[in-house]
Amino acid sequence: MDLADSPEDAEFRARLREWLGKVLPTLPPKPSPDDWPGRRAYDLGWQRTLYDAGYADVHWQATPGVRLIFLEETEKAGAPYVGAGFVGLLHAGPTIAAEGTAGQRARWLPPILRGEEVWCQGFSEPDAGSDLAALRTRAWRDGDDYVVSGSKIWTSHAEVADWCELLVRTDPGAPKHKGITWLAMPMDTPGITVRPLRTLAGSAEFAEVFLDEVRVPVTHRVGEENDGWRVTMVTLSFERGTAFVGEVVACRRVLGELAVAARRNGRWDDPVLRRRLGALNAEFRALWRLTQWNVSAAEAQGGLPGVGGSVFKLRYSQARQELYDTAADVLGDESLDADRPWVHDRLSSLSYTIAAGTSQIQRNIVAERILGLPKGR
Amino acid sequence: MRFRLTEDQRALRDGMRGLVARRFDRAALRAAVDRPGRLDRVLWRELGAAGFFALRLPEADGGVGLGLPETVLAFEEAGRALLPGPLVATHLAAGRVPGAAEGETVVAAVDAGGLVEWLTEADVVCGEVDGAVPLRSVDPLTPLHRVAGVTAAVDPVAVLLTAAEQLGTATRACELAVQHARAREQFGQPIGAFQAVKHLCAELLVRVEVARAAVYAAAVTADPADIAAARLLADEAAVRGARDCLQVHGGMGFTWEADVHLLLKRAWLRTRRAGGGTESEELLAADLLSAAGR
Repeated sequence: MDLADSPEDAEFRARLREWLGKVLPTLPPKPSPDDWPGRRAYDLGWQRTLYDAGYADVHWQATPGVRLIFLEETEKAGAPYVGAGFVGLLHAGPTIAAEGTAGQRARWLPPILRGEEVWCQGFSEPDAGSDLAALRTRAWRDGDDYVVSGSKIWTSHAEVADWCELLVRTDPGAPKHKGITWLAMPMDTPGITVRPLRTLAGSAEFAEVFLDEVRVPVTHRVGEENDGWRVTMVTLSFERGTAFVGEVVACRRVLGELAVAARRNGRWDDPVLRRRLGALNAEFRALWRLTQWNVSAAEAQGGLPGVGGSVFKLRYSQARQELYDTAADVLGDESLDADRPWVHDRLSSLSYTIAAGTSQIQRNIVAERILGLPKGR
Repeated sequence: MRFRLTEDQRALRDGMRGLVARRFDRAALRAAVDRPGRLDRVLWRELGAAGFFALRLPEADGGVGLGLPETVLAFEEAGRALLPGPLVATHLAAGRVPGAAEGETVVAAVDAGGLVEWLTEADVVCGEVDGAVPLRSVDPLTPLHRVAGVTAAVDPVAVLLTAAEQLGTATRACELAVQHARAREQFGQPIGAFQAVKHLCAELLVRVEVARAAVYAAAVTADPADIAAARLLADEAAVRGARDCLQVHGGMGFTWEADVHLLLKRAWLRTRRAGGGTESEELLAADLLSAAGR
């Protein structure tokens, strides 16, 4: 067991740190959380900066260990988060790289890396959230096109996206995991209506997308027709693998800030609160170690993230909510002031036990796939 | 960073697991429960011969010359099997108390929390035990005395090794719960098919895995805050794990006959050793401020 960087990793870390130190002071101020066109421009600009410096494809090419260092160092330095580029860089990109044709890779991957195109994720539907395979959006062949009708929901960044990774049902008669196909849909195609959804945090994070006989060329299909479920599982294993690494680093920073704030406003003298902060320190230290453990395991298995991601997500999503509940106790009355940044984070943390597979679904995955318990109803 | 077991570490863990399985199986465990307060000296010597107490002692001094990570793996196996005896005290005495390293001498110690385990069976006791009062120990596998007014410093290695034992016990609780959930049938199917039971088992594993990452990392860094975190999470994994394991066992879990209560009682007992609970939380709270540099 070794937690120290290898010489190559140490060199990568040092080079990255030096570059971040130079480039971050030159960045423009961040746009407000609700300014999606502004955030799109800002996030793509950062991706372009990464591209020019040779870091754009770090999630695709590098070993999990290098990816961990990249996420750790960028977060520690306060660099912009992947933001509007999330689906392209961490979902659609890796999926197309693994399952697409040479022509598809040449068409879609460079613009993602250069920060020119934004992708959104058309997976969830009103009647198919956690039971993703229950999706009903239909597509049928008409010449060289698929014609798509249905609706998607919880689609992040849909109103500023250029492309949508879309799951459609191409064989309604097949078992529900079989008749699904993965398509890349241009968001400016006629027949698409995007309606932003307002979250309980008051912001428009995601949208409903209505599809009315939208024509998508057959050449935009990734993988075989009716083989979309397998293609999707490739994508989801990425989502649960290293998606939260930067956030754990961020939570550790927030915890330090909370301790300082508590000392400043006198709450530190409350032993119950102080011990809760100490216990959260244990929690986020352990979650960081679990991340390193999972990444090392992935590296040993040739880079594929394993089911350890479900174990991590269960605990992390809970810990994040506890962190912000504790923040509210530190802030006191200020925790009711919607303009405080920690208040927005507290509200958005409520989505963590739901998004990307609810905690209930993750427990089923852990129990059935790791512990080997029988499948139930 | 290669945060996973090396081949040698795997071999050491498997060797320890094999030794314990051969010498302290379920029959031996229940026999020990039936004659409380008696330590198996032959087993103690076998542990000594296998290098359990001398793992960290330099080879020049007759030890094995390994480090904290290897020691943690060995103590995890001891905790998994509920091996009785003052394991931590004797391990820490190796190289200082003659015969401790070899398992010839049984060494007990006064814990900074004021409890002494295995006082009357020990050949040597570290610390002042005048006026020690026996308790009727809740754990049938660990005789206890209480000493008033103890002001000993807390040894971080003792805290870490306790965490490793708790991790092992938590792992055993998870294994027993899953085994029972697969085998026990109600309403015409294994109870593990019911989501409520399934989710209890999943949470058991999550706590084990989080504690494992924390304990192993603390063994690598030997950092006091890492050790405190490891202890907190391992205490939680062992105590809550044993309770959930009892719940999964249903009425059977509430019997003397099932092993579950032995896991829970030992886990409770270890949480009372110095360096857990409040102490760890306070240390980790102070660490937040020092890390923030303000």
